[in-house]
Amino acid sequence: MSRTVESIFRPFNPSDAERSDRSAGDRARHRLKVRESIRENIADIIAEESIIGKDRDKVIKVPIRGIREYKFVYGDNVPGVGQGTGESQNGQVVGKAKQPGKAGEDKAGDQPGSDYYETDVTLEELIDIMFEDLELPDLERKALRQLESFRIAKRKGYRAVGIRVRLDKRRTARERVRRKLATSASRLAREKDAVRVTAEVTPGTERRFPFHEDDLTYRHMITDVKKESNAVVICIMDTSGSMDTMKKYLARSFFFLLYQFICTKYRNVEIVFIAHHTEASEVSEEEFFHKGESGGTFISSGFSKALEITQARYHPSLWNIYAFHCSDGDNFDSDNPAALRAAKELAEVCNLFGYGEIKPLGSRYYESSMLNIFRRLEADNFQTVLIERKEDIWPSFKAFLARDRGRDQ
Amino acid sequence: MADYALKDLEYWDARIREKVAELGLDCFPQEFEICDHGQMLGYMAYSGMPSHYPHWSYGKAYEKLKTLYDYGVSGLPYEMVINSNPALAYLMRDNSLCLQILTIAHVYGHNDFFKNNFTFKTTRPEFTIGGFKARAARVRRYVDTPSIGLEKVEPLLDAAHSLALQCRRNLAVKKLSEEEERDRLVAAATPRADPFQRIHRRQEFVEPDLRKVPPTPDEDILLFIRDHNPFLHEWEKDLLTIVHEETQYFIPQIETKIMNEGWASFFHKRILDSLELPQELHLEFLVRHNQVVRPIPGGLNPYHLGLRMWDDLERRGDHPTKEERETLPPGKTGRSLLFETREVDRDVSFIRRWLDERLMRELDLFRYEPKGDDLVITDVSDDTGWQQVKETLLKNIGMGGIPVIRVEDADYNHNRTLFLVHAHDGRDLQLEYAEKSLGYLHRLWGRDVTLETVVNGKRTFLTFGERGFSAKAAK
Repeated sequence: MSRTVESIFRPFNPSDAERSDRSAGDRARHRLKVRESIRENIADIIAEESIIGKDRDKVIKVPIRGIREYKFVYGDNVPGVGQGTGESQNGQVVGKAKQPGKAGEDKAGDQPGSDYYETDVTLEELIDIMFEDLELPDLERKALRQLESFRIAKRKGYRAVGIRVRLDKRRTARERVRRKLATSASRLAREKDAVRVTAEVTPGTERRFPFHEDDLTYRHMITDVKKESNAVVICIMDTSGSMDTMKKYLARSFFFLLYQFICTKYRNVEIVFIAHHTEASEVSEEEFFHKGESGGTFISSGFSKALEITQARYHPSLWNIYAFHCSDGDNFDSDNPAALRAAKELAEVCNLFGYGEIKPLGSRYYESSMLNIFRRLEADNFQTVLIERKEDIWPSFKAFLARDRGRDQ
Repeated sequence: MADYALKDLEYWDARIREKVAELGLDCFPQEFEICDHGQMLGYMAYSGMPSHYPHWSYGKAYEKLKTLYDYGVSGLPYEMVINSNPALAYLMRDNSLCLQILTIAHVYGHNDFFKNNFTFKTTRPEFTIGGFKARAARVRRYVDTPSIGLEKVEPLLDAAHSLALQCRRNLAVKKLSEEEERDRLVAAATPRADPFQRIHRRQEFVEPDLRKVPPTPDEDILLFIRDHNPFLHEWEKDLLTIVHEETQYFIPQIETKIMNEGWASFFHKRILDSLELPQELHLEFLVRHNQVVRPIPGGLNPYHLGLRMWDDLERRGDHPTKEERETLPPGKTGRSLLFETREVDRDVSFIRRWLDERLMRELDLFRYEPKGDDLVITDVSDDTGWQQVKETLLKNIGMGGIPVIRVEDADYNHNRTLFLVHAHDGRDLQLEYAEKSLGYLHRLWGRDVTLETVVNGKRTFLTFGERGFSAKAAK
């Protein structure tokens, strides 16, 4: 009989399992790198359709390209060996060629793993990353439009002085007990002498120990001012026949970014959708993005409607107004002077007013453009952008925000 | 907890150990640790080591494993075994009793292989766990040192990890010091004594260049940099040593994947068949066993290939065909062939020696090549193609999947440029990866680095210097 090998079992220890999250540090470090990588690729991620118009808590998948572990590896002209089911023949196609940097089959762990992978990020987190570098300059100057929305009296700590209604009886009593204990040592010593004199103390006649001024403790109240800052995002879009789905999608992406960004900077943000062709009307979000209209275009109608709404509901003295207009620039020539005039007026009431011309690739060479017309508009807070592709959205968004100088009151 | 208690495991383990002894396996003492799936993921991310130095890539590995596991893309392995003495294995507590029995038997197979295969002779298994722990402590100390810190340690580890597998493949071959190499060069160049020197033309003496560094091309890139870049700090040299040593631990495992998994599968089958398991356990075992060792159409399952080859090897010893009997040394039985082979072969030699045309045909191995967007079969295992298939297989297994790159000259063009040559065997480098890896090499070497390789059939020099990367075709 040959010698058997020894063995021992170490049983499962739940508390070890609790404590054994050894990769936590490395995961955090990796997470940080992912974040950096997202920041570098933010323009690509925004160009991805999936994030636009989603709920803030929504978890989205973001493709990560940055964090590869580079090694010397073979390229894509490498033959390999596989196993068939018994009927393999020359010339038979057995799979797709691997993309560079992506692993085909798993060979003993020596190939680079699929380094292109997705990570889960909440939209909120992504928006934070996106807007980390962006600032609305001079936000503080608009003091008037920062409303003190409500005042409340809030308890904060205790004071030795105060008005009688705020007397904290419990604490006061406690203070007295404390003082009594602190003085008892010396008192006992004194009472010893006293006892010797009076021989005995009849019950109920022990020395009273009354409250003292020092015991009184008052609740301290402060008034807490909640600063409320209001902003309204006015989305104006040309819904004339020439705006197709692609153009609307690009417009929508831009509006989405604008709204999300404004949300990070103000407490109370409202959004108004104005759709116009030759006439303008305020519509719901659903209608705004999905309802197609037909007919021609009077851009001035959209601006006039926006002015009307701001006067009625969002007065510039109380609201920060951000207006953005998306169109393909196909305006009736006769409307151009009116549009320019209305735009000027709108620029005066807005913090920031932008015009985005959406020309899917190449089409700007044969269609008319409003960019030249609006060039004549002289206002610091007005910005035109040209969006040709999904990839343009982020750069133009940044350019747009750079214009916000804040209006002097 | 599943349908069993620890004493069930101990009972079956005792029975398995009897069988292990009967079958003649020769194992290290074995430790089993029961863990949950979270711990298992943790162990997997750190290659099974109870302690390991920190680096973000392990966090990445963990996230990736966890994602795959959470989405059910891949399950967790039933076990992990560490080549150490005593051998350490993890068992997942969520597994069924049958799986645990299978796993325990499988672990003893690996254990025996670790102890006896020649590639593992250099790994010093009694120090494995302690070594990893000591290195982890060293790295942590550098991270905690105020003048170094994570922001310096991490980039250095990034660079070192990138080049870690550029090292010698066969650790059983002794590495010579530079002195010994020079002696060898001189000895090789010196004309041998020739008893017929009167009638022979005199052998010419070509003086070897003894000032060259390295005297002969060196594959251990990290060690070469450590020893020849005088501007590295001591802690940097130490980190290079650490990464190199950790890699050395994994080389034998990479080099024997097919043999090792096949060997363990061969014996777990053998052991469980002889255990007289209750019927329902035995049926479950057969299902699990087939899941593990089934062929993957289009791919290559090392468990399957390994198991089939060991099976065939045993048959070859016990019931050889007429031709096989002629090539086999006399007195061999299946058993002696098995145990001898597990000691002296690694994947490359194992396949070269024992994978023959008949078995390849049975396995239906084929060779494919990328053509356009598709992978297309170019050769199948028939009379004309099997050798091609086998050659390709030999190139791809073990460390064959990693390009051979050697340091040729540390003072190329007399300006301390590091000159390396890629031993091109028909497979081009992936250029984006090569560029980034050369960047790391440049960071460690501190001066320009030039790599000679072949791109699309043209000899090409890839250089990474102060001004970044450039590629130049040779005239």
